[in-house]
Amino acid sequence: MLRKISASVLSWTYLVLVYAFIFLPVAVLVLFSFQDGRLPVPPFNGFSLQWYEAVFADRKLMAALGNSMVVALASSVISVLLGFLAAYALARYKLPGSALQRGLLIAPMTVSYLIIALGLLSVLNALHVPLSLMTVGIGHVVINLPLCFAIIYASMGDHHINIERAARDLGASDFKVMALVTAPMLMPSILAAFFLSVTFSWDEFIIAFLLSRFDVTLPVEIWSMLRSGLNPKTNAIGSLVFLASVAVLFILELSLFGRTKKQ
Amino acid sequence: MTASVTIENVSKIFGAFTALDNVSLDIRAGEFIVLLGPSGCGKTTLLSILGGFLSPSSGRVTIGGQDMTYVAPSKRPTTTMFQDYALFPHMRLVDNVGFGLRMRGLAKAERDEKALGFLDLVGLKASAGKRPHELSGGQRQRVALARALAVDPDVLLLDEPLGALDLKLRRQMQDELKAIQKRVGTTFVHVTHDQEEAMAIADRIVVMNQGRIEDFGPPSEVYMRPRSLFSAGFMGEVNFVSGRVAAADASSARVETALGSLALPAQNFTASSPKAGDRITLTIRPEHFRADDRAEGPTVALGEARVAGSAFFGTHYRCHLQPCATDTRALVAHLPQSASVREGEIVPLAVRAADVVALPATGGHA
Repeated sequence: MLRKISASVLSWTYLVLVYAFIFLPVAVLVLFSFQDGRLPVPPFNGFSLQWYEAVFADRKLMAALGNSMVVALASSVISVLLGFLAAYALARYKLPGSALQRGLLIAPMTVSYLIIALGLLSVLNALHVPLSLMTVGIGHVVINLPLCFAIIYASMGDHHINIERAARDLGASDFKVMALVTAPMLMPSILAAFFLSVTFSWDEFIIAFLLSRFDVTLPVEIWSMLRSGLNPKTNAIGSLVFLASVAVLFILELSLFGRTKKQ
Repeated sequence: MTASVTIENVSKIFGAFTALDNVSLDIRAGEFIVLLGPSGCGKTTLLSILGGFLSPSSGRVTIGGQDMTYVAPSKRPTTTMFQDYALFPHMRLVDNVGFGLRMRGLAKAERDEKALGFLDLVGLKASAGKRPHELSGGQRQRVALARALAVDPDVLLLDEPLGALDLKLRRQMQDELKAIQKRVGTTFVHVTHDQEEAMAIADRIVVMNQGRIEDFGPPSEVYMRPRSLFSAGFMGEVNFVSGRVAAADASSARVETALGSLALPAQNFTASSPKAGDRITLTIRPEHFRADDRAEGPTVALGEARVAGSAFFGTHYRCHLQPCATDTRALVAHLPQSASVREGEIVPLAVRAADVVALPATGGHA
């Protein structure tokens, strides 16, 4: 009996410690974004929304926020589209060297973002393409395409083949089969791929830093704020970024969970 | 609509494996044809070639007089009902059934009305707004049928559509399929390995084995007058008795067997006409044995046999009879409910000559 209780106490302690380890920094960040004072360090002087006011009043920060959204959404749409097409081709057709092609598509996952950014930077330079939000978007497609491909490819089961055959048999063209049958059937994994790449692009710093010039994304803007020292405003904007990521994950969970329960 | 189907010398070779070996078949418009055979016999390959999902290695397929050998599935006047139903999981039933009409450019109101009509045909009009996962296996089956019929195909191809259903539901769906086929008049080509199902629904049965057609005809003919040993064995229980043609003329032949000699009408040699000296195999259905010779019509006595075992099957006694004359393997006989058979008893064996089919003894004894 005693052993049972101590085992249960131990496992609960472990659980609490793990979650504390993961979430304590975030909790501290969020807490001190409400700091009534100039320093985001203990002691907590009192509750205030002044730093959030400052964030929303900062036009550069707001512009960066908008840029981040545009880059995240656009690069994710392109990544999902390209990933879906690649997965469809490799799952449904016999292609030359398909194992090698699969490997090549997933390979960028294993390369560090820094290397990818440097490579893209020299390619863009050689091609005389000026750095902009578009080049940041290209970088994010490079890192998110392998992810989207892997997620969508994994969900393309053989049991879908007969359903696509049936659609073709009833007169659907290849494009209509893809748009009206395959894509809707795979919607849970397509949504998962999309929202994951949105969160990755939203948080990404190195590529966004190296491939942008005048218009920057939010992480880059936050980084330049940090150079002038810690202040509760960075906590406030950090909390907002965190909130956005949580919201996206929440949507993902809801849309995925709702669908899998139905099917 | 409906159309005839002609298959001319079709072969299909996958690498070193010959799935179809020079198959020819004429199907009349509006017929219910069943392709029957064990797995791997080529029946599904033949169906895929009719549907356009496979191209034959050689030969020709015409539907309604038009060459369809290399036409894509979407351009053929055929639809296929798949074994796993292949319903669109994300669409309501009415959209599933209306999908083919949508591909043909029908406006939504019109195709919904038609789709509801076909759902009504299969008794699921009330569930039109449901999705496939809310249905039972038998209901999904019906939706698949409605979807395939909604585009008004000339030929409906059914790939073991009842295979996933339990026995009772399967028997019920057989009757429904047959009734619906009669109503719509479409040519049905149905694949199965269940010979009872084949007999229940087919106008004509095509018995296939190892890529070849073994037999083709109405169920009663394929059962009563099989044209190959395989066909005889696959269509139901049968006894094979080997023998030799001792003498033959135009109308009858005398056959010597271990059980005795009997005279058979020449038309009972279904595969080839008899010649003296031919080695043959007689096929005798269990229900054709008469334990006594008081049976109706002229019978041929085949000596006596000892009852080695018997079991009551409701409609009949199924008995193992060991012929006294030889030590060949025991025969299986179905004796009437009224027969009182006891193990160890000696009974006289007799058959009507007209019931015995003689086939060349080339194939192995199944």
